[in-house]
Amino acid sequence: MSLVQSVDNVALLPAYLAAGTAVLVLLADLVVARAGVTWAVAAGGAAGTAVGAALVGAGETRRTFCVGADCSWLYDDRAALVGALFALLTLGVLAISGPLLRAGGTPVGEYCFLLACSLTGGVVLGAAGDLITLIVALETLTLPLYVLVGLRRGSVAGAQAAVTFFVVSVVATTLTLLGAALLYAVTGGLHLGRLGALFGERPELLDLPLTTAAVALVVLGLAFKVAAVPFHAWAPATYDGAPLPVAAYLSTASKLGGVVALLAVTGLALPATVTGPVLAVLAVLTMTVGNLVALRQRRTVRLLAWSSVAQAGYILAPLGALALAAGRTDEARAGAYAAAVAYTVFFVLLELAAFAAVVALRPAGADGGTLDELRGAARRHPWVGGALALALVGLAGLPPGLAGLFAKVTVVRSLLDGGAGWLALVVAVNAVVGLAYYLRFAAVLWAPGAGPAPARPARTVLAALAVTTAVAVLVGFAPQVVLDLAAR
Amino acid sequence: MSAFLLISVLALPALGALVVAATPGDRAARAVGTAVAALTLVPAVLLVTGDHGWFGYGPRPAVQPWHQLDLPWVPGLELRFHLGVDGISWPLVVLTALLTLLCCGYTLWRVPEGAGSGKALVALLLVVEVGILGTFLALDLVLFFLFFEVVLLPMYAIIAGWGGADRRRAARKFALYTLFGSVLLLVGVYVVVAAAGTADLVTLTGGSGLSRGTQLAAFTLLALAFAVKSPLWPLHSWLPDAHTQAPTVGSVILAGVLLKMGTYGLIRVAVGVAPEGARWAAPVLGVLAVAAIIVGSLVCLAQDELKRLIAYSSVGHMGFVLLGVATLTATGIQAALIGNVAHGVITGLLFFLAGAVKDRAHTGALAELSGLRETAPRLAGLLGFAAVASLGLPGLAGFWGEAFAVVAAVQRGGPLWTTLAVLAAVGGALTAAYFLRLLRRVTHGRPSPAVGRIGPGVAVAELTAWAPLVLLALAVGLVPTLVLGYASGPVNALLEVVR
Repeated sequence: MSLVQSVDNVALLPAYLAAGTAVLVLLADLVVARAGVTWAVAAGGAAGTAVGAALVGAGETRRTFCVGADCSWLYDDRAALVGALFALLTLGVLAISGPLLRAGGTPVGEYCFLLACSLTGGVVLGAAGDLITLIVALETLTLPLYVLVGLRRGSVAGAQAAVTFFVVSVVATTLTLLGAALLYAVTGGLHLGRLGALFGERPELLDLPLTTAAVALVVLGLAFKVAAVPFHAWAPATYDGAPLPVAAYLSTASKLGGVVALLAVTGLALPATVTGPVLAVLAVLTMTVGNLVALRQRRTVRLLAWSSVAQAGYILAPLGALALAAGRTDEARAGAYAAAVAYTVFFVLLELAAFAAVVALRPAGADGGTLDELRGAARRHPWVGGALALALVGLAGLPPGLAGLFAKVTVVRSLLDGGAGWLALVVAVNAVVGLAYYLRFAAVLWAPGAGPAPARPARTVLAALAVTTAVAVLVGFAPQVVLDLAAR
Repeated sequence: MSAFLLISVLALPALGALVVAATPGDRAARAVGTAVAALTLVPAVLLVTGDHGWFGYGPRPAVQPWHQLDLPWVPGLELRFHLGVDGISWPLVVLTALLTLLCCGYTLWRVPEGAGSGKALVALLLVVEVGILGTFLALDLVLFFLFFEVVLLPMYAIIAGWGGADRRRAARKFALYTLFGSVLLLVGVYVVVAAAGTADLVTLTGGSGLSRGTQLAAFTLLALAFAVKSPLWPLHSWLPDAHTQAPTVGSVILAGVLLKMGTYGLIRVAVGVAPEGARWAAPVLGVLAVAAIIVGSLVCLAQDELKRLIAYSSVGHMGFVLLGVATLTATGIQAALIGNVAHGVITGLLFFLAGAVKDRAHTGALAELSGLRETAPRLAGLLGFAAVASLGLPGLAGFWGEAFAVVAAVQRGGPLWTTLAVLAAVGGALTAAYFLRLLRRVTHGRPSPAVGRIGPGVAVAELTAWAPLVLLALAVGLVPTLVLGYASGPVNALLEVVR
């Protein structure tokens, strides 16, 4: 075997672009030292990464860092989708960070650099072909967030949130790493494709208790990252303590990262007979507990945080169909993964719109506050209030939020195609519980009552809100675009 | 021409809602909304033109739309934009367009007090109209579900924004109950789609190719979903609150056409797609329907609030409709269809009148109302007419649906159905009892202080809104073929494949 490898640099281009953005931001902050320029470099880099990811993905699948048939870097259509999505989410979060950065108290250079680092992790994550690359990418995605959560000077809540997040996340990573090590001990392989093939060829491996322990550790460690119940307790405290745009990033990009990692290991590497039941239980617990607790929330960001816990349950639900034999045919599996990806895309879009609208309705640099502080907000800012209501209704899965409706439909359909009618009913009943609090939130916006004097929202925030809402409306009328992207 | 008519029936109110929202000036916007609602009625009535027979080759399909439009939308979810109209849906389409027009016109004269402007109310009424019309026109299961959902939030906003004192709780209850129904509908729809591989109602009607197990599961889910909407006892408890708290126009739309989405869905979707499930569940459905009739009438006898009484009377009337469907005979289903239309016309009128009484007397408590005919004879006369029509006097619209539901149950034969027929007839007598009690309390006797303040006048706007309903109640009562003539063909075709 030759020790000299040819490296396909084109396949790596999106990762170069993302990492280059981080470096450029650091340089711009050092050399020019003007907040606007630093921000513009970060935004431009994120946009460039999105374009690069899409362009490279438009060609055929590219592989590099291969040992024999197993490759550590697999840039296929889904990797392109994930990379582009991460870049666009980062761009959106940068746009809604405007008021926070201008309010002072947050160092602009560090803020943009850390976001760009996180973006790099996300881009690599989508293309990871082995467990180690996957875990390192996921950590590159999360590590900067520990700092971002606590970056505001003199914010005790932020520091507490950061520590909670840090401790929980490190424990989760350790669990995943241990699982990966045990898997290596059992099979001698770490490449996702190879693991899957090995388990297929030698089913006797599945009878080893060590295999079950290893698989469980990997899945549970990743469940922390998507904040699935019972590994969710960090999420509400962290979201609420973090600055609003960082909370938005956590509940969209960071969650997307966890989902992508889970899909990669369950889709390619791990045996569905073991992961299926675990995921089904996780999904049911996650959506039910998330929805029930969200009912009682009075703080805006906590409500969104718990609702996003519940949404993680809907994302995992299609994978729960793997628990049954009917859900493990190739067709049903492909459908389940496509449904999970499609739901995630719809969800991050609506969640980003909701956070952007909350940022627009709150004073510059403020946290989410309580629901009462948004009382009557839609009467003062009809368009922004309308966009927020549309996003909330979409998250609840009802018209006129057609994007969210089609997301729910996709999940229910894939569950019934996989023969998991009971899980579809659980999803359906949860959607009803979910409506109760989304409706309460939306109704508060039009409730009569005095609120703070209207301030004009920042232009970048409005732009981000307008673009996400427009895209959400568009994919609401043409959901096939998302379904096609997700099914590739 | 077909495509143009179908599209314009939906596009006019949809675009109209946007135009109304964008029009500056409240009164001008309401006028625009009324004009749009009037324009919508034109293509809705014109849908009656078209090919009423079947001239193709091969066996007759169970659904033969007069007009059709079939476009792909989301192939990944088996969703096609497939619209069509036939004798089962056309009367309901016209009724919807008419009631929306009357409600929009009514808001020109009076906007209910509420959190929002009259402009927003009219825009929401038009959006509700789009959802209801779409539900009646959809010939694709997924599209049907989509329109079914469209209605929910605008109606919630109408109740929560312009309703009575306890509006928020009532609106939330309405939204959660009906969403519970529609998520079951979603699961039911995809149980069918996953098994059949298509969502086309024309193909699916008759249960072609679905196993018995699938049909039973699908029918259970779909029937539950429609039972919440109709509503069927014991899933009705959202209805009295919603109807009582909603503003007059909201109550009219709710009772007049929104409930019909449930019964229409039961006939077209649940019975059509899963006939074996329907046959299996028919006795249960029949028993529940009769329970609704009896319970509804008994509760009405004990009611002491005007709007709440009329709301509960809907539970009883919809019980007759569901009994008709449950018999699965041509007579029964035709009775259900005409009962649907009659209830829409009469209860719409009753809610208009109840709203007028409440607006004038500032109370709806029966204890505080009496002697209306002394101070407002015209209003009292109309209320008497509507109440007598609702209790099923022969010659008025309410008669046909109730009488023939009972006849159908007798025709079905056997101890169970005969008992049900007898009990339903008793329920009919109870209906007469509570409506007469209502009239005695409200119109007869000495004027109470609240009624004493009422002047005899009735505004022209009010008469304009009520007159079409009075005329329709007479017309459908005297010439039932207005509805049945169009429905008999499609009903027989449906029953051919269901048997």
